[in-house]
Amino acid sequence: MHSLAFDVSHTLAGGLVLISFMMLYQDRLYSLLNVFALHALVLALSVAWQAFIQDAPHLYVTAAIALVFKAIVIPVALHRIVMQLGIHRDIESAVGIGLTMLAGMGLVALSMVLMLRVTAEADPLAREDLAFALSVVLLGLLVMVTRRNAVSQVVGFMSLENGLVLAATGAKGMPLVVEISVAFSILIAFIVIGIFLFRIRERFDSVDVSALDDYRGERR
Amino acid sequence: MVVMSDIFVQGMQMLLVLLLAPLLTGFVRKMKARLVRRQGASVFQPYRDLLRLLRKEVVLADNASWLFRVTPYVTFAAIWVAAALVPTFATGLLFNWTADLIAIVSLLGSARFFLALAGMDVGTSFGGIGASREVMIAALAEPAMLLVVFCIALVAGSTQLSTVANFVASSYVGLRVSLGMAVIALIMVALAENARIPVDNPATHLELTMVHEAMVLEYSGRHLAMIEFGAFLKLLLYISLIACVFLPWKIAVFGTGPLSYAVGAVAYLVKLAAAGFFLALFETATAKMRVFRVPQFLGAALMLGLLGTLLLFVSKSF
Repeated sequence: MHSLAFDVSHTLAGGLVLISFMMLYQDRLYSLLNVFALHALVLALSVAWQAFIQDAPHLYVTAAIALVFKAIVIPVALHRIVMQLGIHRDIESAVGIGLTMLAGMGLVALSMVLMLRVTAEADPLAREDLAFALSVVLLGLLVMVTRRNAVSQVVGFMSLENGLVLAATGAKGMPLVVEISVAFSILIAFIVIGIFLFRIRERFDSVDVSALDDYRGERR
Repeated sequence: MVVMSDIFVQGMQMLLVLLLAPLLTGFVRKMKARLVRRQGASVFQPYRDLLRLLRKEVVLADNASWLFRVTPYVTFAAIWVAAALVPTFATGLLFNWTADLIAIVSLLGSARFFLALAGMDVGTSFGGIGASREVMIAALAEPAMLLVVFCIALVAGSTQLSTVANFVASSYVGLRVSLGMAVIALIMVALAENARIPVDNPATHLELTMVHEAMVLEYSGRHLAMIEFGAFLKLLLYISLIACVFLPWKIAVFGTGPLSYAVGAVAYLVKLAAAGFFLALFETATAKMRVFRVPQFLGAALMLGLLGTLLLFVSKSF
């Protein structure tokens, strides 16, 4: 009943959810980036494990992409951006940490309930993976919603995409082309966001996105 | 005959926890001292402290009520009973069958309740501030502890410690991410409940930071001895709880011969020593956090317990 394949993938996917929570908990920019790198690393391990148990060698490519781009290139690039811009390294969150954690718990419970209802007939491995992936996606969204700092919103966006990759690898028969195109679109999005970050910084002397509201004449 | 041997083994366990608790605390103190390159007191110093306190006269405030005098014995008795319930070297002892995790939590809770009342009884400001801080910590630590209990109970199908230990020791349990989260949450709760370093530092008498020590500041003589002994027992209890639920290897099963009891006792001593060493290592490596950070620390424990419980529903989905 408890096969090792299920246990290991369960542990890795559960670890991914836990690291999403760690991301919610951080209040320093650099430690947030480090946690994000850890997130990507665990994702790469999880995808590699899926490749191993599904006997799907193309998933190793996905794992390698996740490892190289998300765990190394993007965190290093973000570190450099933060250093060049010289922005504040503590994150102002819009909602308190305790409340955010509770909201995160609610989201995880929601995704579990939803996925277990919807996918009653599916393979348990895929089902468990989908439930975790949905919670990672929702937690990424939560990071984006509760943070005012643009860099941490980028990190939230990237972790959301990690959840998508987890969902895609859990489902059998996902073609490689789709994954590569997803990965590239994320990379493009990252570049665009990077350029935007510089523009926002130039214009407002800060990457706090609430400055945009003031600019539009809205009141907070 | 069977009943006699049952009573004998259970009595052994009750004596064992009583004898080992000061030794464990002494060991942790010695280790901490050695880790910062100091000589440190002997590991038997806590016994000497207790004897010294027992010989001393009790000084009572004029306005101390009966509650103040009764509390040390009540707390000590509650913690001792709780410590006797946790399987240390063998499962299935006489009391183990009445040992529910929830009963243990409530025994510890009532001990803390009396201590907090006594802290406020004499009416000094220190006692009040200690009691209010202790209750703040307890109000956050107890839900976290209960969530850990739920998580364990869902995995093992029972809140009874002997059943849990036997279940975890069997090969039926695979790699469970929920159990991993539960053990971390339980360690965090144990640190908070025992007033260990990231939450509280009982070795100092600095009024800004002290929690537990402020609450028992008015006690002296044999009353203080009882309270200190209760604190030693509580540390032993939490370590045995963690060892029995998460590392139940070599623990003796009920009804096997004296040899397996001996093996279980040696394994228990090894586990205690390892836990004491890691506790000392952790305490020398971290600094005490602000009192206002404690809710976040315990909130993380609560979150881990809740997450572990939630994840169980996915892992049971087939």
